[in-house]
This record gives sequence, C-alpha cells and structure tokens, in this order.
Amino acid sequence: MVVEGASKFYQARSGVVHALDNVSLEVREGEFLCILGPSGCGKSTLLWSMAGLHGLSAGRIRLGQEPILKPHPEIAMIFQEANLLPWRNLEKNIELPFELKRIPPDTARINALLQRVGLKGFETKMPRELSGGMQQRASIVRSLAVNPSVLLMDEPFGALDAFTRDEMNLLIQEIWMETQKTIIFITHSIVEALFLADRIVVMSARPGRTQEIVDVDLPRPRGVDVQSTPEFIERVNAIKAMIDHRKA
Amino acid sequence: MDSQLRDQIPTFGAKPGAAGGASLSGGLTSLTSGGGRSAFETFIIILVAVVIIGGTELLLGIFQVPQYIMPKPSQIGMALITEWKFIWPHLVVTICELLIGFAIGASIGFVLAAVITQFPFAEKIVTPYILLLVTTPMLALVPLLVLRFGFGWEPRIIAVALASGPMVMINSATGFRRVDLAKIALARSFGASTFQIFTKIRIPMAMPMIIVGLMVGSIFGLLTTVGAEMVGGAEGLGNRLNYYSSMIRMPQFFAVITLLAIIGISIYVFFFWVGKKWANWEA
Ligand SMILES: Nc1ncnc2c1ncn2[C@@H]1O[C@H](COP(=O)(O)OP(=O)(O)OP(=O)(O)O)[C@@H](O)[C@H]1O
Ligand SMILES: [Mg+2]
Repeated sequence: MVVEGASKFYQARSGVVHALDNVSLEVREGEFLCILGPSGCGKSTLLWSMAGLHGLSAGRIRLGQEPILKPHPEIAMIFQEANLLPWRNLEKNIELPFELKRIPPDTARINALLQRVGLKGFETKMPRELSGGMQQRASIVRSLAVNPSVLLMDEPFGALDAFTRDEMNLLIQEIWMETQKTIIFITHSIVEALFLADRIVVMSARPGRTQEIVDVDLPRPRGVDVQSTPEFIERVNAIKAMIDHRKA
Repeated sequence: MDSQLRDQIPTFGAKPGAAGGASLSGGLTSLTSGGGRSAFETFIIILVAVVIIGGTELLLGIFQVPQYIMPKPSQIGMALITEWKFIWPHLVVTICELLIGFAIGASIGFVLAAVITQFPFAEKIVTPYILLLVTTPMLALVPLLVLRFGFGWEPRIIAVALASGPMVMINSATGFRRVDLAKIALARSFGASTFQIFTKIRIPMAMPMIIVGLMVGSIFGLLTTVGAEMVGGAEGLGNRLNYYSSMIRMPQFFAVITLLAIIGISIYVFFFWVGKKWANWEA
C-alpha cells in the first residue's frame, strides 16, 4: 500500500484546518507498521483516507496499482471503540460484513476465529454483556472474517485498561504472525508502537508530516517482558527525544 | 428512494453517539413504569383493582346512588354482556377507523421523518408546521371535514391520520437524527450502499424512538377516533357514547367506556412488547 503526497484540509467553521501535509509512505506487504504521533496530528485523517472513507485534498493512495477512492474489499478497518452494533448479538455483529456484501457467512472461518480469540460460546451475547476487551476482540473477528489483506487499526486499544491492553497486544501480534496480514496500526503510545511494529512512522504535530521512520528489529515473538529490557527502554527514550527535539 | 436518502460522506471527528435525542430509557420507560414486575407486584395490582371495584359496588349500594348518576360495576358488567350484540359492530367500526387512519398517518409520518432528516435545511423549514399539526387538536377539523365528505368514514379516518401522523413523524425524526458516524463509517468500510446504511444502521438506531412515536401516535389516534365519532358520526363507539348518554342508559354508557379503556391498554401493552422485542438493546 502506497501513500503519495497526501494532503488534507478541513473546512471548519473557525476556518481551514490543515490536517495532513504532503505525507508519503510505502507500506510493505505483510508488515506491521505503526503510526505514532501526538493527538490531532492527522493520524486518523490519514487512516480514513487509506480506508477509502474520505478523499484527500491532494495526493494519492494506492493498493498495488489500484487507486483507493472508496472502500476496498481487501482493506478492513478496526475502530477505536469496538463499534459493535448494540442491537445485534455477537454472532449477528460478526455476520454484518457478509450481509452487506450479500454473501453467505463463512461459518467455518468465523468459528475458528472465535475459538482463536477465546470468544467461543459467547455468540448469543449482546455487546453490552461483554467486557471492553471482549468487544474489541469481537470487532477483530468481524474484520478478519471477510479475510482482507490489509487491516487498518485506529487506536484500537486506547480505551482499554493497561492489563487488557497488554493482552490484546500479544493477541494481535500472534494473529499477525499467523495470518501474515499487512497491519497499519495507529497509536500514541511509544511502548505499544515499539512492542508491535516492524517499522514506526513518527508524525509531527499539525499539520501532520512524516517526521521519521524507525526500524524496530527486536526479535519475535515479543513477550510483555521485553518492555522492561534496557534495550527496549533505550529505544523508547530515543523516540521520545525525537519528539521532544522537534518541539524545541 | 435511494437517492433521496443519500447520506453524507461521514466526516469523522464527531464523537460516536454525540447527536442528541431522547433515548428509549427517557422515552418508553418514562411512559412505562420500567422493567418487569414481580409476581408479588402483579398480585398487589390485581388486589387494588378488586378493592376499587368491590368498594365502589359496596359504596354505591350503601348510599343508594341512582343508576342514572353512577351505575354499579356489576350493572356495567351485565350491560356489557347483554348489550354486546348491539355494541360489537360499533367496536369493529372504531377499530377499523383507528387501524386505517393510523396506518396511513404513521406511514406518511415515518417516511417523511426518514427523508426530511437527510436534509437539515428542509427539516428546519418543515418542523414548525409539523409542530403545529401536533399541537392543534385535529378534532376541531372534523365538522369541516364532515361538510366536505359527509358523515361516512372518510372524515374520521382523515382526522385520525392527521392526529397520529405528526406524532410518529416527530418522534421518528428525533430517532433518525441520532446518527452515529462511526457506525455509518463501519458499514461503509464494508462496502455498504446508502440503502443498506439506511436499513441496517439508521433504522435500528432510530427504532426506540420510532416505537415511542407509534405508541403515542396510536393513542392520540384512539382519542381522535372516538372524538370524531362523537362529533360527526352515525356509528362507532363514540357515537354509542352519545346515544347511551342521551337515553340516560348509564350502565351501557360505562360498558362502552370500559371497552375504550381496554383498547387503549391493549395498544399500550402491544407497543411495550414491541419495544421489548425490537428495541431492548438500549434499556
Ligand atoms: N471533520 C473535521 N472537520 C474539521 N476539522 C477536523 C475534522 N476532523 C478532524 N479535524 C481536525 O484535523 C486535525 C487532525 O485530526 P485527526 O483526528 O486526524 O488527528 P489524530 O492524529 O487522529 O488525533 P487523535 O490522536 O486525537 O485521534 C485535528 O486538528 C482535528 O481537529
Ligand atoms: Mg484519531
């Protein structure tokens, strides 16, 4: 997936907001890319464009050779809050993408995924009966069920508590290693980005620009304990310095 | 329809569920007394009914209140049985008028709400007129309608539609205004068409308020049906009320009142049940 010179202006009541400024990046197939940046730097704006949910003021986004101008079946998005439909039970929520595409649900795949994320047996539960972590796992199953090749995740675990968040990070790493999907993951946690990513795109404050691209060559699979190794902390500090330096 | 219901491309940044509107808990549950009842509560409610009916019977007997002022519950019950063969055709008329008028009014109200909420400008222009329709008692129009359509069904059905439609419209519109852009974006990201977004996201989202609108609208419809029959009708339960009171046949008069109460409660219970079934997710 390739982003070329993406710029975006919003027409707000208070004037024009310059959200993205000439962002270019190339996402390699099967890679885990994290986009890291301060609040309001245009991360979501960029991701929504990559999902084909809204257009850019300038620049292009391609998947292979195909320009992304509207939602693409190979690209699935996972939202910040699990974004389950409260009037549908878990099973019906997961079947939503199939309904919208007018194809029969792939029950074998859905069941395997439910088993994988530990939600087997909860199919008839309503979203409000599930914990935040379970809801987010359900939304991951919903996106993976239609077998996209690219997963876009917009701060998916931002609303979860620290323990659940670690657990979800481990799970998403495992799923990524098993399925070999391309994942583009937005976060404003340096630790989360370092833990998950092959590469981290550090964005600058508004208007959003790609500030730096950091390679993360920590061996996989990574356990939660890598986060307390001196090596890891050193990298965290390096990225922090990058961001502080920019502010100065 | 598809192009009329076109949804704007969701601009994100708006918080999910930020748009206002009374929720079912503020709508339905304020009309209902909340969740389920225990067997004990049901028992008490029945007990109170027995005490009231029995007490009335007793007091009316003790003070020898004449029947033409206030008949005893037992006399009302007897009248309901003996007069049933004369009353039921009128019951059918009333129910048919209500159902037809409500079906027309509610459909128009619902469609209007679905369409108008897609166009904020049009909505701003139309809303005051709908409010006018809601607040004006449609009964006042019946004599006028009778002049035009005669004493048949038409004026009553029109009045019922005019009374219930705006209620359905205004509540449904509140429901449709509660757009959750994240949910619409979700559907779009899976390639949903505008029509699918309408049926799979917008309608379920609005359902609690739609049901509140249907409930209030149908009860308004009942009031208007009976009123219209009293003002300008040769048949129907409203007409029977006029008839029996003019003949001072009070047990029969109250038997008709009882029937009307039963219809009203049935409507309420029906929509309560519909709400439990189709909009229980918001409780
Ligand atoms: N629909 C909109 N209209 C006007 N301005 C907008 C709109 N959406 C976003 N913006 C502005 O564009 C800028 C970038 O927003 P965006 O949500 O992409 O940032 P972000 O990096 O995702 O922030 P966060 O970390 O808080 O999610 C912000 O200043 C925001 O206020
Ligand atoms: Mg964001």
